[in-house]
Amino acid sequence: MIPELGHFALILALVLSLVQAVVPLVGAQRNSMALMAVGRPAAQGQFFFILFSYACLTWAFITSDFSVELAATNSHSATPLMYKITGVWGNHEGSLLLWAMSLSLWTVAVTVFSRHLPEAFMARVLGVLGLVSAGFISFTLVTSNPFERLLPGAGEGRDLNPLLQDPGMIIHPPLLYMGYVGFSVAFAFAIAALLSGRLDAAWARWSRPWTTVAWVFLTAGIAVGSGWAYYELGWGGWWFWDPVENASFMPWLLGTALMHSLAVTEKRGAFRSWTVLLAIGAFSLSLLGTFLVRSGVITSVHAFATDPKRGLYILALLVIVIGASLLLYAMRANKLMGGGSFGLVSRETALLGNNVLLTVASASVLLGTLYPLFLDALNLGKISVGPPYFEAVFVPLMTPVVVLMMFGPFLRWKDDDLVAAVRKVAPAFIASVLIGVGVAFAVDHVTWRTVLGLSLAAWVVLASIQLLVGRLKERAGASASSRLRSITASWWGMWLAHLGIGVFIIGVTMVGSLDRHLDVKMKEGQRAELAGYTFVFRGAVEAQGANYDAARGQIELSRDGKVLDMLTPEKRLYWAQGMPMTEASLNIGPFRDVYVSLGEQLDDGAWIVSLYYKPFISWIWMGCLLMALGGIFAAADVRYRRMAARDAAVASGRRVAASA
Amino acid sequence: MKAKFLVPLLLFFGLAGFLAFGLTLNPREVPSPLIDKPAPKFSLARLDAPEQQFTLESMRGEVWLLNVWASWCVACRQEHPLLVRMARDKVVPVVGLNYKEVRGDGAINARGLSLEAETSMAIERARRWLSDHGDPYQVSVMDIDGRVGIDFGVYGVPETFLIDREGRIRYKHIGPITPDSLQNVLMPKIEELRRAG
Repeated sequence: MIPELGHFALILALVLSLVQAVVPLVGAQRNSMALMAVGRPAAQGQFFFILFSYACLTWAFITSDFSVELAATNSHSATPLMYKITGVWGNHEGSLLLWAMSLSLWTVAVTVFSRHLPEAFMARVLGVLGLVSAGFISFTLVTSNPFERLLPGAGEGRDLNPLLQDPGMIIHPPLLYMGYVGFSVAFAFAIAALLSGRLDAAWARWSRPWTTVAWVFLTAGIAVGSGWAYYELGWGGWWFWDPVENASFMPWLLGTALMHSLAVTEKRGAFRSWTVLLAIGAFSLSLLGTFLVRSGVITSVHAFATDPKRGLYILALLVIVIGASLLLYAMRANKLMGGGSFGLVSRETALLGNNVLLTVASASVLLGTLYPLFLDALNLGKISVGPPYFEAVFVPLMTPVVVLMMFGPFLRWKDDDLVAAVRKVAPAFIASVLIGVGVAFAVDHVTWRTVLGLSLAAWVVLASIQLLVGRLKERAGASASSRLRSITASWWGMWLAHLGIGVFIIGVTMVGSLDRHLDVKMKEGQRAELAGYTFVFRGAVEAQGANYDAARGQIELSRDGKVLDMLTPEKRLYWAQGMPMTEASLNIGPFRDVYVSLGEQLDDGAWIVSLYYKPFISWIWMGCLLMALGGIFAAADVRYRRMAARDAAVASGRRVAASA
Repeated sequence: MKAKFLVPLLLFFGLAGFLAFGLTLNPREVPSPLIDKPAPKFSLARLDAPEQQFTLESMRGEVWLLNVWASWCVACRQEHPLLVRMARDKVVPVVGLNYKEVRGDGAINARGLSLEAETSMAIERARRWLSDHGDPYQVSVMDIDGRVGIDFGVYGVPETFLIDREGRIRYKHIGPITPDSLQNVLMPKIEELRRAG
């Protein structure tokens, strides 16, 4: 009964999404307040029904109702409660419902936090979001009904894939979905602006916080996913250039460009047509990612069970949504020309340069991901594109991005003097190169990659310090605390996020240059040495989890005779799927991780043990955290709230004037 | 409307065309350049008796299947009961090619192992797996380093090659065999080859 209620609620949500799509758009066209006002309650009602539907599905998982096919294939009565709940999104149907729910959540957030928007604009935004939502809910209902019954019901479920039974599964998918579904808001704002012909600084200001928040979620989601892969897959890698990782990375790159482009449009009125195109592009890449993961066109470790009917449906959705937006863009873009002019040496140029580079980077990831498909289509044979391609393309593209990223803030808007600007940053720049070379020699790993990485990181850190000092000196004579307070939250956001990139580069470079790895055969009492650490194998014991048996190795970690930790890597066998799993054990430190995973047991009772030393690896995620924190600061700037209050006052003034 | 603003739309349509083409591809039907060619020769140790070698010659005169498998291969579990049933009903002789038993397993890093250690680990893992899940193979051979797999153009595990009486590869099935593909694709081909000579 409950699954049927959930199914019915989803159908009601579809009806409401259609209402939300059609009525406000017609209202905005006819300038009818009554029709436009339908958008808000329709969006909120839709959210209620999706939430209810989602709760019903979760209920089927929690109560182990194996007459629901999805629960029978993705859950088990012995699965811990947390993984019963998260198992709902560990499959195609359920994750699609999560997709629709996060879209609906974003829409409701817009109705709540953007009350100050003009009615017609709001109506168009809600209409566009309603259309996208209708597309996804109908996709769910038509091709991937999560409430499908299995009659007669199964006695026991097949359990969630053991790889997914991990705390990472609890937060990674929701964060990631909130991130790339969140770009739908920037997209809807752009389409609404194109429809109304109103693409001005106000539009950019309205979009900015939404774009930034979505970007924060996406950054955090990707970082969590990477951290999860690092400790779960058992061999210490943190990024694999897998098609599905790329699917989330492409919108991130374009979203980063969009955030910066919006800043220029808001402050200087420039790049309007480019900003709109980026807003359409970022969301289009989110949709494309969904298509790639679920259509079976590209094979990946993340791939869901595939079905050509589903692929066709999403492709049609893709063509309608993206095709219509780009057509609208082509029709309206010539109205977007002009805006603030700027000289060759200006902050605008630096931002534009980086936007172009980020877009090219995004396109090259797309190319690498789809290259096997292109070749196949053109009958040029089958190949796969691996990390060497992406690394070869990425380093040369990102090096100028990082250099420009720290140079830009030193430049004035509109026009600046190149010689003076270069003179300002030259000491920091030269010092960075020296530091890069010096540190590479100090750690005895002089390769061009190490030198480049360390120099770039030093450049980010030194330029950040110089930027902060310069900013504090601006108001000579004021007290230190008032100088600090004069810095806006969005400036801090920029500063933190850029510094985060520096921290991230340190992590990537150090772990790429200096990590150590050793596979050894160990018997009880045997010891091994790696990078100054001593590992003593204290044997393996039997252990039992809620739904698995495990052999748990006990490895004593010590350095200079001092015992640091007892590491307990496991080899697990999950009952329901009979699938062996490696569970690594880590000793995490600020400057290095020691990472141990347990391999096979050999005939003579010895175990194969993999030992890793990973210097600075946690800096990779610290860097991402700083970037996300920067985004939060930027989005929380009081300016947006002040301006929103002003917009609201203007709007109500207009209404009063109209009624008078 | 200026022409340059149509560029993104046109690029997108180009991309959509490729994606539409991608949907028509069936990843299970990757053509093998080896079809109708003599199967690559090999001599590998038998899993049940590692001191003995197995060669293609011993199957001459029979229509048979070469099934590529490994204990780490999740999809193999899916087709395995069907293989066991086929063996019980004596449908067709199946030879197992145990492919990269140790180094193919993403969960272990085999780089530091000696070949002897890897071989003994592979034998133990493969035997345990067959005793747990049933052994459908007339004989199974060990392709420790995957070299024979490369000769056969193995793309992923499981894969199954249909080999005729003269030792030529006549068909390649990618992915797990299903009752449907067995009945509608493999069996008609097998019967045709048996009739042919």
